[in-house]
Amino acid sequence: MMKSDFWYRFFKNKMAVAGGIVVIALFVVSFLAPWIAPYDPNEIDLVHVLEPPSADHLFGTDQLGRDVLSRMIWGSRISLKVGFVATGIAIVIGAILGALAGYYGRWTDSVVMRFVDIMLCFPSFFLILAVIAILEPSIWNIMIVIGLTGWMGITRLVRADFITLKERDFVHAARAIGASDIRIIFRHILPNAMASMLVAATLGVAGAILTESALSFLGIGVQPPTPSWGNILTAGKDNIDIAWWLSLYPGLAILITVLGYNLLGEGIRDSLDPRLRS
Amino acid sequence: MIPLLVGITIICFAVIHLAPGSPTDLQTDLNPRVSAEAKERLRALYNLDKPIYEQYILWLKKLAVLDLGESFSPDHRPVIDKITERLPVTITINALSMMLIIIVAIPIGVLSAVHRDTLFDRITAIFVFVGFAVPTFWLALLLMILFGVNLGWLPISGIRSLNFEYLPPWQASWDVIKHLILPVLLSAFGGLAGLSRYMRSNMLEVIRQDYITTARAKGLSERIVIYKHALRNALLPVITILGLSVPTLIGGSVIFETIFAIPGMGQLFYMSVMSRDYPVVMGILFIGAILTLVGNLIADVSYAVADPRIRVS
Repeated sequence: MMKSDFWYRFFKNKMAVAGGIVVIALFVVSFLAPWIAPYDPNEIDLVHVLEPPSADHLFGTDQLGRDVLSRMIWGSRISLKVGFVATGIAIVIGAILGALAGYYGRWTDSVVMRFVDIMLCFPSFFLILAVIAILEPSIWNIMIVIGLTGWMGITRLVRADFITLKERDFVHAARAIGASDIRIIFRHILPNAMASMLVAATLGVAGAILTESALSFLGIGVQPPTPSWGNILTAGKDNIDIAWWLSLYPGLAILITVLGYNLLGEGIRDSLDPRLRS
Repeated sequence: MIPLLVGITIICFAVIHLAPGSPTDLQTDLNPRVSAEAKERLRALYNLDKPIYEQYILWLKKLAVLDLGESFSPDHRPVIDKITERLPVTITINALSMMLIIIVAIPIGVLSAVHRDTLFDRITAIFVFVGFAVPTFWLALLLMILFGVNLGWLPISGIRSLNFEYLPPWQASWDVIKHLILPVLLSAFGGLAGLSRYMRSNMLEVIRQDYITTARAKGLSERIVIYKHALRNALLPVITILGLSVPTLIGGSVIFETIFAIPGMGQLFYMSVMSRDYPVVMGILFIGAILTLVGNLIADVSYAVADPRIRVS
């Protein structure tokens, strides 16, 4: 497939472009957080506690008088970090296991796919909570655990790609000139399976951000005072009958972010192969 | 089925071994939040002083008679009792959401496939995309603010009012229904989006088949073609999808039961995580996996019942 075809189809898909813009905007906001946040996100101001949105505090203040907008801007860094690290872990595990299962087949395949089936039996949120209960809830533990419970779908995708790709001529050619299995897997087949991995990764980032926000909301995720969209919403729940702005804006940020990644992911998939379009 | 069951027990066992009290775990020895007493009881409960294979066998023997140990909370009750008394609430709510998903999502999916690229189809597409992206706990907060705080129509916590005992039967059942509306609606929300989208693409797939063209060619009305010939085949894979959605629903119960203060298994799980009541956490992890396994089994059996081709092979 021609590269220019991809970009042509991608830019014709308005939803995908919108998703891409959201994702880029988030990167910009989180990199520029120290400069664009109007206040220090942890600056306590007990004179201005739980103030509704105003010109001074565009999204209002929380129960300690901290500026909600500034906390959300800094919180975008957490979402970005969790989304990418967790997905990265899932991709590495999924790619390796999927490649082994698809390439070697037979008992390797049975063992890996059985393992996938077993992992899928656990409600992933239960597994994450159980591990977090044992380890300390910290941002690193959360990223690792979300990654460790999210690789099964990627394994299946990579395996399916490998099963079709390993019978292609270029693989036979590589084997004929004496390339090792490792080399065939990583240098010849895996690059051809990148497309579906890229789509899965984009959608995976969205899922990881949702999971992190739910964990932080429940108080088992990113720990205060570090601001995260999920733990601002906890304050929203505690002040549900007086401070709607604490509940509304962070949730909206999560919604738009996740929507952006989803649209981008689906857009990439449709542009890579228009036949897959659902 | 059996290998899956064995696998589930191994994963649970591995998670237990992350817990403090295992002799190799130096880091948790330094953890002030875990008392010496808790460590001692964990050691006794899981036989942590024995070799690892022996620990596993001993633990399996207990598991076989559903002995999940005693809770660390002050009541010291058997874990299995604490779980079984809360299980009915969780299963009821999940079954109701599942029914809601089926009743609403299937017609939506079929209609948007049949009326492809109409206004209705576009609106559903937007609903589906938002449904995938919305954090449901946030939606729960917003609906609590709207219906509970501002309008005062629906209660926002528990499954019955304080004066429940004194209400006449019909008011009492209305009271329970009112308490369940928001939790059921919200736990169904994600599934609604997923299934209606799935149903739509299934239906589009089926409509393209040759036998549909045949049905049209022999002059059957469009209604019979769609609802008799196409729908029945498009419905089949839905059974599998419903089976696969069981772990998501069960996992979601932690969030909804915590937000709405519903005394179910999810809330117990959350409270046990917060108070580091390891035996209960492990018990619920195990039971959750078993429930998923049962859900998948039911899906497999119903698929065989619904599709004669599966039975033959």
